Parts: sequence; structure tokens; C-alpha cells
Amino acid sequence: MIQTFFNPEIIVAAWPIVMSGLWNTILLSLIVVPLGLLGGLILALLASIRHPLVRWPLMAWVDFFRAFPPLVLLVLLFAGLPFAGLELGGFACVAIAFFLNTGSYYGEIFRAGIDSVPAGQVEAARSTGLSRMQAMRYVVLPQAVRNVLPDLLSNTLEVVKLTSLGSVVAVPELLYEARQAQSVTYNPTPIVMAAVIYFLILWPLVRLLSRLENRALAGRR
Amino acid sequence: MVQKHIVEARGIHKHFGPLHVLKGVDLQVDERELVFVIGPSGSGKSTLLRCLNRLEEPSSGSVVVDGIDMLDPRTDINHARQRIGMVFQSFNLYPHMTALGNVTLALRKVAGKSRAEADALARKALERVGLADRADHTPGQLSGGQQQRVAIARSIALEPRVMLFDEPTSALDPELVGSVLEVMRSLRETGMTMIVVSHEMGFARNAADRVVFMDDGLIVEQGPPAAIFENPTHERTRAFIGQIQRH
Repeated sequence: MIQTFFNPEIIVAAWPIVMSGLWNTILLSLIVVPLGLLGGLILALLASIRHPLVRWPLMAWVDFFRAFPPLVLLVLLFAGLPFAGLELGGFACVAIAFFLNTGSYYGEIFRAGIDSVPAGQVEAARSTGLSRMQAMRYVVLPQAVRNVLPDLLSNTLEVVKLTSLGSVVAVPELLYEARQAQSVTYNPTPIVMAAVIYFLILWPLVRLLSRLENRALAGRR
Repeated sequence: MVQKHIVEARGIHKHFGPLHVLKGVDLQVDERELVFVIGPSGSGKSTLLRCLNRLEEPSSGSVVVDGIDMLDPRTDINHARQRIGMVFQSFNLYPHMTALGNVTLALRKVAGKSRAEADALARKALERVGLADRADHTPGQLSGGQQQRVAIARSIALEPRVMLFDEPTSALDPELVGSVLEVMRSLRETGMTMIVVSHEMGFARNAADRVVFMDDGLIVEQGPPAAIFENPTHERTRAFIGQIQRH
């Protein structure tokens, strides 16, 4: 059992390749999380313009990318775009797919946060002469982000987990590299290593999330 | 052109969908005047006040404040609003900032003051409302009365020409009302032009130059407090005054 799943020799042999996978997973997360946050913020700010010409296309956009399975989107970009004469690497495809998919999720979270700020806040700000954008930036957004911090963090957790989808389009992230090692060694130990590493990097985030959620509950009481 | 009134609203109509909330209201206010607006709930008092700084867009009519046509699309509304302070029933302080931060925000971002200048002006404004020692407290750490006084400081720091008060004491516990009225009284002594929507009849009697009674989207009657409270000429005014005096 230990020889199969926790084989010490294989751990040593697979260590460098699994570590390089971990590094790529971290790198990928550091790219896709800010991209998703940026996309979400743009969507939420556009949504605050309550004009029908903005609102309906925006709703269609968000609905579409939330309903579209991210894996399918990724494969479509990777395998489909070359037929349109556009050959992007796996890394770029993952970045675009995440921008579209997780951006829509982040967008809905930001939008809920903005909606949670009472209208009186904007009125007070505007009555002192702040422009619409200034009121958004200095008064609404800081409160909105604070109100939905647990949801933002929760979605970020999902995004980091979803980076493993990159393995499908040959991005050498943690899961991809672990599978490479597994296929070379004919042993599942590298996969176990990947699982343990995912747990170790995500667990602190989960703890933080629980604390934030408890604090939010206590604040509401 | 001789400018007689600092606030000049004419023929204000306001529709909210099928509701006709203001039905042609004229209101002129002189410099240094304190005008009290009273009337039953739903009579349009707050909406009228909010039309004066264009928080509500009047459906028709004209609003000129301190010589600025508030409804002209060419008017820089953000610039114009600096001259019109507004105090809300629910205070609307920014909960994520300290009292000082609440007061300095517009000073820095709208009036363009440096941080040091804004801090100095804000501290002076907080001192005027008796809260110099609360500058670093957040709204959550202040009582309702203190919050409302910070809100007043936030407005007066911009040195407005007119102050609008929208039921400033309605959300306060009775024992906290006095401190807010005290600040309003001291503001009045500095010659501030004030338009106050409120049910504080005692304050109206003592401090107001004029009382305006509104009902059903119209100004029914106006005059000096004594005349309105002791000798209302209109039946609806008499009914309203009688009602509130019974309580």
C-alpha cells in the first residue's frame, strides 16, 4: 500500500517535476485571479449603468459564460481557434477562458456587493459634489468589497482549483506534471503528491474563509 | 440684475411614474433666512428639498440657487452641489471611514484641498459641531446624535451657501435630539441660510423665520411661525397643526 501510493523513491524522483508543476500552478493562479477580478469589476461597473442598452447585452454575456462549462470553453479556444487561423498557446487559452468564465462569476459577486450598499451612501456623496465615478470609487466600492469578501475569497478558491483544467491543454501545471511523472513511473505516488500539495496550499485559504464567514455572521447579529 | 433670493424654485412638478408628487411648487428663500417646511407624510416636503440640489430631477419647473441654474444641462452639477449642504434623516455617514475621513473626502476630491489643508478644515468643522475629540472614531462608535453632527460637519466644511435638512432628528432617540438642534441653532446664528423639513415644532417656533405648510404636493400656506401655529387660515393647516399639537 505504502509502496504503491507513498513510494519514497518515486517521491524523490518526481520531486523536481512536481515542484515545477506547483510553480506553474501558482503562476497561473497569479495571472487568472487578477484577470478574473478585473473582468468582474468591469462587468459590475457596467452593470451599475442601468441603461437598457448596456444592461441586456451584459446580462446575456454574464449568463452565457456562467452557463458555459469552463472545460468546454477552454477546449474550444484551444482546439477551435486554430481553425480560425488564431493559434494561441495553452497558457493564453487558459487566461482567456478564465477571464471570460470566472470574470462573470466575480462580476456577479461585485454586483451583489454594490447593490448591498444603501442608496443613501451615494446620495450623501453626490450631495457634497462627488461625481458618479468618485462616489463609486471612494464610497461604494470599499463597502461593497468588504460586504462580499467571503464570496470573493470562496470564488478565488474555486478558481485556483480550476487551474488544474490547464492540464487538458498541456499547460504544465501541477496536475499535468504529476500525471507526466505517474505515466513515466507507472505509479500513482506523484498524483498523491499533487493532491497533498493542493490541500496544503488551499487549506489556509479555507480556514481564512471560515473565519471571515463567522465574522460576517457575527457582524450581522 | 438684482438677485433677491438665494433659492428660487418655480413651478416645480415631480412625477414618480403615475404618482404626481409635486404639483407646481414655488419657493423663494432669502439669504440668512431659516425656512421650516412642515406637512403630513407624503405631502412632498422631502421631494421638494431633494429637487433643490437635483438629487431628484424635477419633471418641470426651474431651480436657481445662488445664481446658478440647477437644471441647466450645462451647469457643472458637482460644482454647484458644493454650495448646497444636505443633511439626511439617516445620517448616511460613510461607515468605512473615520469622522475625519467623512469630512475630508469631498474637501480633497471635490474642493481639491491637500490632505493637510483638508484635515485642518475638517477638524475646524468637527469642532463647530462639538466633536473635535471624536475625529478618529468611526460612525459605528458614535451615537446617533453624534453621527448626525458629523454629517452636519461634512456639509459645512465645504462652506455651503445654503443648508438643506431632511428630517434631521427623526431617526434619533429623544434624548439625542437636543444636541443636533443645538448645532443647527448655532449654525443659524452664523447667518446660514437653512431650509428644514422637520416635525420639531418647538424648534420651528423659536428659530424659524417662516413656516411653509405643504399638503398633497402643494404649498397650502406660509408665514411667520406664530401666524401658522396660532392662526392658520387654511382648513388643512388647522387640521394638521391640531393633530400634531394633540401629541
